[in-house]
Parts: sequence; C-alpha cells; structure tokens
Amino acid sequence: MATDTMLPAGPAVDAQADRPSGPGSTSRARRLGKHALLIVLGIAMLYPLLWMVSSSFKPTELIFRDPSIWPSEANFANYTEGWTALAHPFHFYLWNSAVIAFFSVVGNLLSCSLAAYAFARLKFRGRAVFFAMMLSTLMLPIHVLIVPRYVLFSELGWINTNLPLIVPKFFATDAFFIFLMVQFIRGLPRELDEAARMDGCGHFRIYWRIIMPLSLPALATSALFTFIWTWNDFFSQLIFLTDPNLYTAPVALNSFLDGQGESAWGQLFAMSIVALAPIFGFFLAGQRYLTQGLATTGLK
Amino acid sequence: MSERSLKIKGTRREDRAAYVFLLPWFIGMAVFTIGPILASLYLSFTDYTLLSPPEWIGLENFQRMLDDTRLHKSLVVTFEYVFVSVPLQLGLALALAMLLNRGVRGLAFYRSVYYLPSLLAGSVSIAILWRQIFGSEGLINQLLDLVGLQGTSWIANPDFALGTLVALNAWTFGAPMVIFLAGLRQIPTSYYEAASVDGAGPVSQFFRITLPLLTPIIFFNVVLQMIDAFQNFTQAFVVSGGLGGPVDSTLVYTLYLYDRGFGSFEMGYASALAWVLLVIIAVLTGVNFLFAKKWVFYGD
Repeated sequence: MATDTMLPAGPAVDAQADRPSGPGSTSRARRLGKHALLIVLGIAMLYPLLWMVSSSFKPTELIFRDPSIWPSEANFANYTEGWTALAHPFHFYLWNSAVIAFFSVVGNLLSCSLAAYAFARLKFRGRAVFFAMMLSTLMLPIHVLIVPRYVLFSELGWINTNLPLIVPKFFATDAFFIFLMVQFIRGLPRELDEAARMDGCGHFRIYWRIIMPLSLPALATSALFTFIWTWNDFFSQLIFLTDPNLYTAPVALNSFLDGQGESAWGQLFAMSIVALAPIFGFFLAGQRYLTQGLATTGLK
Repeated sequence: MSERSLKIKGTRREDRAAYVFLLPWFIGMAVFTIGPILASLYLSFTDYTLLSPPEWIGLENFQRMLDDTRLHKSLVVTFEYVFVSVPLQLGLALALAMLLNRGVRGLAFYRSVYYLPSLLAGSVSIAILWRQIFGSEGLINQLLDLVGLQGTSWIANPDFALGTLVALNAWTFGAPMVIFLAGLRQIPTSYYEAASVDGAGPVSQFFRITLPLLTPIIFFNVVLQMIDAFQNFTQAFVVSGGLGGPVDSTLVYTLYLYDRGFGSFEMGYASALAWVLLVIIAVLTGVNFLFAKKWVFYGD
C-alpha cells in the first residue's frame, strides 16, 4: 500500500492510546511498569554509546577502569592528538568520505528516480520482466559482484580513485531506492500528471515539474539512507581505496586501529565519535523520513 | 482523431519515453550487475589471480571447497551467526513493537532511542567500540567487576567471540521494530474492540489477531534480516582485526571471501565462493518463501 509513505510521524498514533486497559490503579501501575521497562532498556541500549562519548574525554588508562559515563577527569587531548595521529589530519579523511557520499546521493537520486518514474507511471513492453529483474537485484549480495567489478575497474585504471564507488550510483545500481520511489510515486494521484498531459506536457516535464516535487519525502529518505550507508560503508572502500592518500574516515579508523593498536583507545574513541557525528546529526534532522521510508518498504 | 488511434499513438510514445527513463538503469544493470554476475560465474571455473590471465580449470575450485577446512569452519560460523542472531534480533523487535504499540506516551522518543543503534552499528566506529567493551579490560568486565564477577576476554575467547557479534546484531533490533510498528498500525482497531466485546483477553488477542495479521511483516523481516546477516563483514573484520580469529571463530563467510580474493588475490576461488554464497542465500530465501505458504497469512 503505497499511501503508507504518508504515515503520520510518531505521536499521531498516541490517539489510539490505552486501547485495552480500563481505568483504575492496576492499569496505572502497569503503565508505569511498562515505562520503567522501556526506560531501562533504552538506557541499556544507549549506555555503550554514552560511555564511548564520555571515554573519549578520559585519559586512556581511565578507559580501562572507569565504567561510569561521568568522566572523573576530562579534557580534549584525545581529540587534538587523535586528529593528527595519522599521516593526514582527520578532516582530510572526513572530506574524502564526504565527497563520495555527496556524489552517491546525487547519483542515486537522479538515476533511481528516473527509473522509478518509468516503473510507476509508464506502460511499456517488458515492464513486468524488468520490474522483476530490478526486485531480484535487491537481494543480490555485493560480494558476488565485487571480484568481477574489481577486475573491471582495474582494467579501467579506476582502482585507487573514487570512481568505482561513485559511478555505479549514477546508473541506478541501488535497487532499494528505485523500489522505495516506485512505491511512493504509485501513491501520488494520477490526475495530476494526466491533467499536465492534457496541457501538452511531455514525460520529462511531468517527471521533473510534478512528480519530483511531490516525491520530496521519498527523495529525502533515499538521500538520507544513501548518505548513511555510503558514509558507513567499509567493505568496498577497503577494496577500492588502498592508497592512504585516498582513505575515507572508516578506512582511516581501521588503519588507526591496526597501527596504534590498543594503546590509543582514547584517541580512537574520539575519532570514532567524530566519524559518527554526521550520521547522528542526519538522524536527528531526518528521523521521520528514515522511519517512514523503512516502514514503507515493509508494507508492500 | 478517434480515441483509439490516440491511444495507440500514446502507447507507442510511452514505450520510447520509458526506455529513455530507464536508460541509466539498463546500462547499470548490464555493466555493473549482470555482466559481473556472468563474469564471476566464468571466473569461478578459472584459476585467475589478477597477475596471470584466467585459465579454465573446470570444477577444480569447487572440488577444493570440499577439502577446505577453513571454508567449512566459516560456513559453520556463518550459519551459527545467522540462525542465532536473527531470531534474537527479530524477537526483541517484535516484543518491543508490541510494547510500544499499545499507545505508549512518548512513543516517538522510545522509537528513536531504539532505532538509533541500527543506523550506527554498521560503522567501523561501533565495531571499534565493540572491540573495547568486550575486551579483557573492557566495559563489560568493568561492570561485571562492580558486582563481583570475573569476566573473560570475550573477543579473545573462541567460545564467546562470535557471541559478541551476535550481541551487536541483536543491538540493531530497532530497524525491524520500526517495520513491525508500521505493520501493527495497519491492523484495524475494530478487530480488537470486537474481540474485547467477545471477552478475548490480551493474550488470545495477540495469538488470534495480532500474530496472524502480522505474519506478512514477520516474513518480510525474516527474509531481509537473514540476507543482511549473511553479508555482515565490517563488524567481524574490525572486531577480529581482519583475521576472523581467535582460531577462526569469527570467520564469517564474507570475511573468508575477502581473505581469498583480496588477501591472497585468488580471484577464481573467491568467485566460486561468491557463487556458493549466492546459491546459499537464494536457496534459503526460496525455502523461506516455500514455508511462507504454511504460516504467512494474507488476509482481506
């Protein structure tokens, strides 16, 4: 059901609150108990993260002794020292990650929305077959493709460039986002593009002037997931970027761990947090789109 | 102009327009997906090492698999990981979705708290954190120490190392939970009201209404999370320092594939491994779909 892309954000569901329970003190006690459980679990879930943040301000030897999230000693030394601990300052790696993430987002938005428009709106020969092909690639592990892709890219001389990570995104290789956008566009009223057609608009104008603006929520979801997944991606970056001058933040962190080992946990934590910060920021800004997008894909 | 000729003209025009819209996807499909799949099938019958041109060796790679004890170990590890961590993750996801569905105040907040780890867990940063907290002097042991218990070095102990990865996967129950929540919201409230009138308690409501109506979503989550779990790489790589140790106890399939393909550049053998992974995932997904007929309920 494509209309579910428009699910209201969280709190709206509270309207159907307290469905089965009646009034009285037992239901109140039960409700308090439930909240206590939810809060304890939430703290347990977030404790490692909070502890990592707190530990990034502690001297390394305290990290091994102090399980509390309130540091008894705090300073920014891990950040300043960690920032310059590798061959390049850390913003260099962040920048490399950002470049790849940026082009991946642009590529996915353009190429996947074009394909999605065709699948959702146009009648053409082979549509069912192509759509089934597209869906089947959803489940295809990247590991099956990585060896021949590596061979292809090394023939092209693209190893140790950003191209193997960026170029495929401009060719709609992330079927997940085609699927997500198809679901969304199918939920948009057809009257709009039919009216535009009557006025003599071509398909490209309809796509660009009507469907794209109306699909902003789906585009935002796709942009956010693309960003997060490419920012977190390690496997393909590890394979295609072996030159330390091209390292992205995750690859740099991994080499930091390899090189310094366990002697520099404080700095490692500090840089790990720096690397996670953009994801956290986008999560805060766009969690509505993330949870809705996720929900949509689950509801056929 | 008669309506019929207009329609035919329109159809023809849509064919051409659709192929233009799909052009990037066609190219991507051919160059980055189907091409590599076929190439990888071919390479799996060769001894390609990147240094010398591929030479046809027939089924030798597949015969080698029969005697490859590291591969056998890796299969055991992977299946253990998938079949322990996915039920754990989905069980938590469903339990929490049930708790949150019953009109909890602050639902949006709880949902965010539980969902956040799903976005972060794939990163190298979190894998680094995991390596610390399950180390001999890590957070877990510090906390155990507070209550007078003696921990072990979880990641260095072959009996527990995989368990730390299972825990990491369970930590990401938020994403399937969001999908469950969206599914729960689709169940009409009137069903529960009618059941209440008939005197059905919460337990029987769960088993008679919620669970049957939720089976399509459960099925979707099982398929998705299993495929995902088979592809886990980053966490196993970083936590084990890239080696899958101790004594191969965290050597998940993709890690072994990486080791053959990009550690020792046995591209032919790695391609054969990739195909075996593809077949395993396809078979398991097929089995899932077969069994779905027995338990998934598509109502309406």
